[in-house]
Parts: sequence; C-alpha cells; structure tokens
Amino acid sequence: MANHSSSASESSRFMQHHFVDADQQFDAAKMGMWIFLVTEILFFGGLFAAYVIYRAWYPELFTLASEELNTLWGGVNTVVLIGSSLTVAMAIKSAQLNQKKNIAINLAITLALAAVFMVIKYFEWTHKFHIGIFPGEFYSFEGIDHPKANIFFSLYYLMTGLHGIHVVIGMGLMAWLLWRSLKGHFDSEYYTPVEITGLYWHLVDIIWIFLFPLFYLID
Amino acid sequence: MDTAESSSNLKKIQVQRFKPDDNPDNHYLNEETGLWSWLTTVDHKKIGIMYLASITFFFFVGGLMALLVRTELWTPAKTFIEANTYNQLFTLHGAVMIFLFLVPSVPAALGNFILPLQLGAKDVAFPRLNLLSYYLYLAGSFIAIYAIFSGGIDTGWTFYTPYSSSTGGAVTTMTFGVFVIGFSSILTGVNFITTIHKMRAPGLSWDKLPLFCWGLYATSVIQILATPVLAITLALVAMERILGIGIFDPALGGDPVLYQHFFWFYSHPAVYIMIVPGFGVVSEIISTFSKKHIFGYWAIALSSLAIAFIGFLVWGHHMFVSGQATLASMVFSFLTFLVGIPTGIKMFNWTATLYKGSIKLASPLLYIFGFFFLFLVGGLTGIVLGSIALDVHLHDTYYVVAHFHFVMVGGMVMAFLAGLHYWWPKITGKMYNETMAKIACGIIFVGFNVTFLPQFVMGSQGMPRRYFNYIEQFQSFHQVSTIGSYILGLGFLMVFYYLVKSIYRGEQATSNPWGSRALEWQISTLPPLHNFHHTPVIVNGPYDYHKPMEEFQLGLAESGNGHGHDADLEVTKEGEDLSAE
Ligand code: HEM
Ligand SMILES: [Cu+2]
Repeated sequence: MANHSSSASESSRFMQHHFVDADQQFDAAKMGMWIFLVTEILFFGGLFAAYVIYRAWYPELFTLASEELNTLWGGVNTVVLIGSSLTVAMAIKSAQLNQKKNIAINLAITLALAAVFMVIKYFEWTHKFHIGIFPGEFYSFEGIDHPKANIFFSLYYLMTGLHGIHVVIGMGLMAWLLWRSLKGHFDSEYYTPVEITGLYWHLVDIIWIFLFPLFYLID
Repeated sequence: MDTAESSSNLKKIQVQRFKPDDNPDNHYLNEETGLWSWLTTVDHKKIGIMYLASITFFFFVGGLMALLVRTELWTPAKTFIEANTYNQLFTLHGAVMIFLFLVPSVPAALGNFILPLQLGAKDVAFPRLNLLSYYLYLAGSFIAIYAIFSGGIDTGWTFYTPYSSSTGGAVTTMTFGVFVIGFSSILTGVNFITTIHKMRAPGLSWDKLPLFCWGLYATSVIQILATPVLAITLALVAMERILGIGIFDPALGGDPVLYQHFFWFYSHPAVYIMIVPGFGVVSEIISTFSKKHIFGYWAIALSSLAIAFIGFLVWGHHMFVSGQATLASMVFSFLTFLVGIPTGIKMFNWTATLYKGSIKLASPLLYIFGFFFLFLVGGLTGIVLGSIALDVHLHDTYYVVAHFHFVMVGGMVMAFLAGLHYWWPKITGKMYNETMAKIACGIIFVGFNVTFLPQFVMGSQGMPRRYFNYIEQFQSFHQVSTIGSYILGLGFLMVFYYLVKSIYRGEQATSNPWGSRALEWQISTLPPLHNFHHTPVIVNGPYDYHKPMEEFQLGLAESGNGHGHDADLEVTKEGEDLSAE
C-alpha cells in the first residue's frame, strides 16, 4: 500500500489553485453535487407531476396499461441497480481504506451492472415497439381497451427514457473513474470524483426505485 | 493547528496594513494574453467579461427587433412588414431579451466578476464548470439564432400549447436552445451557491456578507429550483412536436392548462431571477454613494430570500383567465399581494440609508434613482394585475406589456446599468465620461417613460397585446410610444459609445474611485490574476463607514493558513477581537 508521503504528493497533484486546502476542495465538490442533484430531482419532478395528474384522471387506464409491463424484468433491473449502488459505495469505502485495487474492481462491477440494466431495458422497449406500443400518436397497439392508452405509454417512455439517459451518462462517468483509478489517481487522500459520482449514481438508483412501482406495480 | 497558535499567527499577520499595490503592469488582463487564453480561461473575471460582451450583443439584437416592432405599429394597418414577420419579431424580441440578455445580465456578467472579489476568494468554486456554463450559454444562443433562420417562431416567448405544438417553423429548435441555456443558468446557480458557502475568506461571516452576494444567493436558489422545471417543460413541448406524446395536446387527451402551470411555475420565479440580483446592486451603490452603513442589513438580506420563496407560490396569477379553479385564483391572488411586503421593506430600507447620508450624485446613483421610480411603478401595477377582477379586464393588454417593461427594463436594466457604471473602473481600469453618463441616464429615463406610460393608458382602454392591426383610436398613443422607443434606443447607444470609448481614451482609474468600504475596492485596479496576493482576513464589514478611510483596514493573512473556507466562527471572533485592540 502506498505510504503516506507519496499519497499526499499524489493528491496534491489534483489540488486546484483557488482552494486553500484539500478539505475545502472536497467540501465544495460535495456540496456542488448535492445542489446539482436537487436540480435533477426537480427536473424529474415535472414528469412526476404530470404522472400524478394523469393517474388521478385515468386511474383505470393506469391499472390496465401497467399489465403490459414485464414485472419480472423490471424487478431484475431494480435488483441490478441496487447492487450497483452497493458496489459504488464499496468503491468509495475502498478508497477511504486506501485499497487502490478494490476501487477499480468495484467500479468495473458497477459499470457492468449498469450495462446489464441497459440491455434489459433495450429488450423491454424493443418488445413493446414490436407489438405496436409506441409513444404518443404512433401508438398502434390494440390490446388495451382505453382511448387514452397512448398517454400512459408516453409517460412511460419519457420517464424511463430520461432515466436511461442518466444511466448512460453515469456509465460514462464510471468508465472515466475506472480509467483514472487504473492510473492510480485515487487513494485515501484524494477520491473526490469517486465520492461525488457515487452521489449521482445513488440518485439515479433512487429515481428508478420510484419509477418501478409507479409503472410496473399498479394493481 | 491549535487555537492558541493560530490566533497568535493571525495576530502577527493582522499588524500588517492592507496596502493595495497599484502596479498596473501586473493584472489579470496582461498575465495571459491572446485570443486562445480568453477562450480557454477559467478566470471568473474574464468569463464575466465574455458574458458581458455577449449579452451586450444580444441586447442590441433584441433592441433592434423591438424598434422594428414599434415601427410597424406606427400605422393601424400594415406599415412595412407582413403580419407573420411581425409575430416572429415580437416573439424573438421577448425570447432574446429574457433568455439571452436579462437572465444572465447581472448574475452571469457582473456576478461572475464581482462575487469572488467580494468574498475574498481566488475564484468561484468550480472555475471549469463556470467556463462550461458560458459555452452552454453561447451554444444555446447559436441554436436559438439558427432557429430564426430555419423557419422562425411565432408563438410568443411563452410557447403556449397547443399552438406551439402545432404551428410550423422552428419551435423545436428554439425550445432546445432555451433548454441548453437553462442548463447554463442552473450550473451558474450551483456554482454561486457553493462559492458563497465554501469560499468566503476568514472572518467573512454571514452577517458581513455584502448584499450583492445575498442577492446572487437568492437568485441562484431560484435558478436551481425553477429552471429544471422549465427545461423539462420545453423538452415536453419538443416531444409533443416530434412524437405527439399528448401530454399537453387536447386532441390526444392532454391538457394545455397543465402546460401553463408548468411554464409559469418557472417563469414567475424567473421574473425574480431578473430582478433580485438588481436589488443586490442597488444596495451596494446606495451604501457607497451615501457613505453610510446600510440601514436594516438583515431585513434587506432576508427579504431577498423571502421574495425568492414567495415567488414560487404565485405563478397562478398568470392564469386567472385560463379556466383554473376560482378558489385557486383567489389563493394565488392573495399570495401575489404578499410579494409586495418584502419588496416594500427593501424600498424603505434603501430610502432610510439615503436619509441624512452624504450623498454623491454620481452616475451609478443616478441610474439607481431611475430604478427606484420605474420599479415602483412596475411593482404597483403588478399589485393591480394581481387583483383578479382587474386582471380579467387587463389580461393580455398593453397594460401588462407596460407593467413588465417597467419592472424588467425600468427595474432590471436600470440596475444593470447602474452596476455596470459602478464596477466599470474595477473591470476595465478606466473612468468613463461622467457628464455623458448623466445625460444618457436622463435620455433613457425620458425615453423609457415616453415609450411605456402611454401603454398603460392604451391597455386600460382595451388595446390587446401582440396585435398587428389596431383601431385608429389608439394611433396617437402608439406613435408616441414609437417615438419614445427611438429616444430610448439612442440613450442605450450613447452608453455603449462612451463606455467603449473610455477603454481607449478613458482616464486611468484608481483602485477605489468611490471611496467604498467593500472588499472588491480594496484590491488594486485592475485586479491581479488571482485577485488577492494573500488571503484577506475580514475584520470590518463592507458597509462600515463609521471609521475614516485611513483607519479602515483589512488584515492580510498568508494564503494557505488552512482557515480559508466556511469562515469558521472561531476565525471571525479572532478577527473581531483583533480589531477591538
Ligand atoms: C419584480 C419584477 C417583475 C417582473 C420582471 C415581472 C414581469 C412580468 C412579465 C414578463 C409579465 C407578463 C408575462 C406574459 O408574457 O404574459 C408579468 C405579468 C404579471 N405580473 Fe409581473 N413582474 C414583476 C413583478 C410583479 C409583481 C411584484 C407583481 C404583483 C405583486 C406582478 C404581477 C403580475 C401579474 C398579476 C401579471 C399577469 C398579468 C396578466 O397577464 O394578466 N408582477 N410580469
Ligand atoms: Cu408573475
């Protein structure tokens, strides 16, 4: 394991000129990310508001249409994402314990789980397209006996789609972190990017935890 | 570092007098030069200047469109352009002025430059993010301009559905542009809040925070809470056009009033994004030019936050005639009246600060007086519009147009100009021609009133907004208004002329031409690359005018003493003890 003095000099490589010390840099980064996550919640908030309103207007539709969604795969994806949140947390823990190799391993697993999530998503979506469940005016599915079925699926595609975009962005961040961790940038002195990306990833996870019951588990 | 050691350390440091080194050979503009250094700079001062240049450009673009609109209204029927062009012109005028000029004007341009200086910081918390915000702003602007050439838009700046989801033209492109600019705005907000929390110099406790910073803080809160909702709303409009998702389109089972709720949930708070930073500018200037401690510091600081907060509860006053529930209208109306309270508190505190001050009627203060008068009219007419019964009559008439121009142009543009004149010597190191500045201020004030006062009259008599043709009864009002708009334009051109001229011909500015106590004036002009050679320790607040200037001092601490953030209470106390010695 790296001795203290060398890790200190490594971390000072990433100390930016305008901060007084590493603590200030770390605190600022963390706070910035928290505030950004608030904006993300509001961003999704608009869609959640739309969901609430339409569900209040067309409760039967939401029950009916929900049956078209595959609860099994949705459930698998939920487990996959929760698992990835765990591995990201473990990556941070490894950094704190200065276990440099474990940082990379945990990040790699996180990345892989995110990819699994997206693959499952891909199959879910393509299956629906196949039977004519398209968003909005392209909707041509005959199987649901409700005139406004398109609205439910518009919301479904928008919300899971926006969430999917966030997963893809998260994958990009994970890949970047993985690359940096392989170059040995992170240790117990400096792991700010791992920590704040972790925060972002938890949010992505939490949003899915709301989306899953709201769309898949309506009975 | 234990407390005893650190305090003795500070004590030693405190003894040094703060002396700005007026060495003009060594400052932020000449340490790195060349176009590339500008385009890739992470220096908040240069980024502020890039914003300044960009918003000035868009201000004149938007202004030109306004003049075309006003010229077209010279006669009741077609004067020189087609109705369709007219619709596009007023839409673009509104969108350009709001999204490309007003929203970024004070926060992104002046705020970027001044905020770290006032905090005693070397830069904002995330300098690279700051540069990214600027490029997002620029990218969004180009997309918006591209939209003009690829079909234009005629929906009005509000993009109301279902019209916006069905009309031709480049609405999708335009909303995408605004979406991108929105992200720029969000990121600036994130950056500023973090900067204010984490980057304050030792000794700069919350009760010494300059009111401009408080204003920017409240603005940033609104930016991060409201802008994402606008972003998603506009994304939904784009989806509506591309996929026909039917959320807002009644033909597909959607609800257009929902759009209005979403839109105004952003856009009412957004009008406060456009004025609250202006309030911050006013406080700084009032204190400096009356040489007095600001009256009711906390009242002014907290009323900005109160306005930000109440601003989120009143959006429904734009929808009194949209078919929303009567009860909702009544609640929104009541809440709207509440906004008047914190605003009034501010006005009274400013007046009280001026009272018995040794007032120096320099041009920044003159612009502030213009602000007072015009903003007062704008705010009071807002109360009128907030009354349901009156609004049913006045909604979508020229009365509304006059109202929001009084607050947005009379309030914010005046405050922006005041701030620009006030900080100009610090930004450019040059003094402008004071006589010209005063004359221009007068011309703008007169031109503004000639333009917009007749619109109150027209509006209350029933002239609807956004109409291409009108009945002859209104012609003389329209003509007066059009003449006024040319006078106003002339005033702005003059400002542009003497400010730009001062860069080449202006007198060299001293480091503190107004004799202010605020921190940004205690460093050399032009400021050095990283603002402070040493991290300052703040002993006196920014409005401490009770001591003569010679006694007023800022301590100097070696940078990197480990106390540079979050203004630990400890350090504050030490600073105060030391000043009492
Ligand atoms: C502080 C700065 C303010 C700004 C920048 C501002 C701006 C605006 C704008 C742009 C509009 C027109 C929106 C549209 O295009 O339809 C508007 C309308 C309105 N404003 Fe303000 N406003 C401000 C303050 C106030 C205040 C203090 C009040 C009330 C206390 C108020 C009440 C209203 C109402 C009720 C309307 C709707 C009128 C209608 O469309 O029927 N405003 N304002
Ligand atoms: Cu409003």
